[in-house]
Amino acid sequence: MYDKEKLKELERRKKDWEKKCYLPLTEKVPERCPSFENLSWTRIDPLFGPENVPDFDYLKDSGMPGEFPYLRGVHPTMYRGKVWTMRQFAGFGTAEETNLRYKYLLEHGETGLSVAFDYPTLYGYDTDHPLARGEFGKCGVAISSLKDMELLFRDIPVGKITTSMTINGPAPIVWAFYIANADNRGIPRTQIGGTIQNDVLKEYIAQKSFIFPPGPSMRLTVDTFEFGTRHVPRWNTISISGYHIREAGSTAVQELAFTLADGFEYVKAAMARGLNIDDFAGRLSFFFNAHNDFFEEIAKYRAARRIWARGMKELGAKKPRSMLLRFHTQTAGVSLTAQQPEINLVRVALQAMAAVLGGTQSLHTNSMDEALALPSEKAVRLALRTQQIIEEESGVASTADPLGGSYYVEWLTDRMEEESNRYFDRIARFGGVIPAIEKGFFQREIAEASYKFQQEVESGKRTIVGVNKYQLDETVGIPILKMDEKGEERQLARLKKLKADRDNNKVQRALEALRKASMGEENTMPYILECVHAYATLGETCGVLREVFGEYKEPAIF
Amino acid sequence: MMKKIRVLVAKPGLDGHDRGAKVVARALRDAGMEVIYTGLHQTADMIVNSAIQEDVDVIGLSLLSGAHMTLFTDVTNLLKEKGIDDILVVGGGIIPEEDIAPLREAGITGVFGPGTPLEGIVDFIKGNVKR
Repeated sequence: MYDKEKLKELERRKKDWEKKCYLPLTEKVPERCPSFENLSWTRIDPLFGPENVPDFDYLKDSGMPGEFPYLRGVHPTMYRGKVWTMRQFAGFGTAEETNLRYKYLLEHGETGLSVAFDYPTLYGYDTDHPLARGEFGKCGVAISSLKDMELLFRDIPVGKITTSMTINGPAPIVWAFYIANADNRGIPRTQIGGTIQNDVLKEYIAQKSFIFPPGPSMRLTVDTFEFGTRHVPRWNTISISGYHIREAGSTAVQELAFTLADGFEYVKAAMARGLNIDDFAGRLSFFFNAHNDFFEEIAKYRAARRIWARGMKELGAKKPRSMLLRFHTQTAGVSLTAQQPEINLVRVALQAMAAVLGGTQSLHTNSMDEALALPSEKAVRLALRTQQIIEEESGVASTADPLGGSYYVEWLTDRMEEESNRYFDRIARFGGVIPAIEKGFFQREIAEASYKFQQEVESGKRTIVGVNKYQLDETVGIPILKMDEKGEERQLARLKKLKADRDNNKVQRALEALRKASMGEENTMPYILECVHAYATLGETCGVLREVFGEYKEPAIF
Repeated sequence: MMKKIRVLVAKPGLDGHDRGAKVVARALRDAGMEVIYTGLHQTADMIVNSAIQEDVDVIGLSLLSGAHMTLFTDVTNLLKEKGIDDILVVGGGIIPEEDIAPLREAGITGVFGPGTPLEGIVDFIKGNVKR
């Protein structure tokens, strides 16, 4: 895009400037550190200009918003048409308590729901399972059956509002709870909208709430793609997630590369089943972290859109919708400090701003108290207000991709794409994502990065305000969420009553039919729906799949 | 030569957040200790059995799910039941201030929240190991 002669002249002038102005000054007044590096240890130059992006071809590499390769955003109007969905991840205790929290959030201007499940639910166990001990309702809501799902969404218009559910191993079953609840309320399956996370690959890599071995897990995932495409067309059947990879300690580059590698792996698996890429790809969605390094995060989202668009085209996608990388963002939980918790409000505001400048489709802002416990009502309200201030007051939502064309941001975007491609090559040499998981490649890369970062915090090379600099001697206390202590008892009683009241013959027949189907090659979704409609519990339904598919045990690497 | 301190780093319960456990395990190893990492999803029985088999001096528990009051004390109760009183037990994770004193009382001698310097954990173990 730049004139070759002008670029040459510019390079000469820059060298001149370095020699005459920049270097002499750094000799007189040394810079604050010997080298400036972002969170992926990429060295950042003192100044960026056109000479850093000499081959930048606007029409090929950037284009308009809503046009290939979607660098500038997935919609032509971006936030001028519709702002991002404000979607706070929430859940604790019983379905009744969480239902009240959802209503509170909606009352205060939230525009989408996002369900956090407790650990037993994430592993496909009912509240009465021995391994559920101590975990009931602790880091999410306990959902053991369709009964609980009915209570969770009582008086909430599930035909109008979209719901995201962070569930992976047992995703088909929990999705079936949601669909069955809509069925029973007379809402057509074609009308409900939302997302199931359903990204098992990153479970093996980072989040670790896996149940089955990779083979059967991928089969279940493709079952949901196929079923969704045919029967629940407004549902995102996967949210391919970098968030947890980052929280486990990866760099931004690793988050980007591993997530997109997972994404392409799912597409290939679905195509191997015989699905047409343009039939299902439009319902794949993504989920990224918003961490501390402002410009690196923005470049990450932009690079992700371009890599995905180019990769999908290469895989044969024809419809523009199939090439769009639509994503949810959550601010970085791992960056929150237990020390001086109120300062987390400021961190979250900056991280959220990066997500918006990066063109996110929906956003969760963490609450200031989350390094201590689940958020209180006041803390979550402040987190939501942060998004509302960005939308209504800051002016950043007035134009698409406001940082596009910044020499620094374009350079960093290109560089992250290149580094990502290098990771794709390394993963390909393992024979793909699953063999690389089995050899511990991702796990080791992440462990290395997180340990290196922590050592830099220890040595003081990296500052965490309030932790290794600007500490306070006294503890700053803030109120912590208190849960209903009788919740677990009520949940156990409900489960017992359910098992006594339902038609147990019908449950057994449905579970046996699911067993047969999962041993063969049929799509399991219709059978799972039969089970949940008969009020088979999560533990019972998932138990059948556990017996057929077995369980995954990971190698313990540190 | 002094005997190396042996530490079992363990993840009780269903919690999958293992960044902290892994970082601490490496820091303890770099500080000259012998570290055994259990991996995820350990019951109290599994943890205590590993501790006995591996003849460790220290058990380090890590939990970020909020279930620490139940799952940490399950381990110390089981140790007491078996009459084991020479293993130092420490723990870390997302632990509110008000839970720290009761955990210490239950035998989790060192409790480390977010932001604890690694050096602090190393020094604590060196200073409090019982054998």
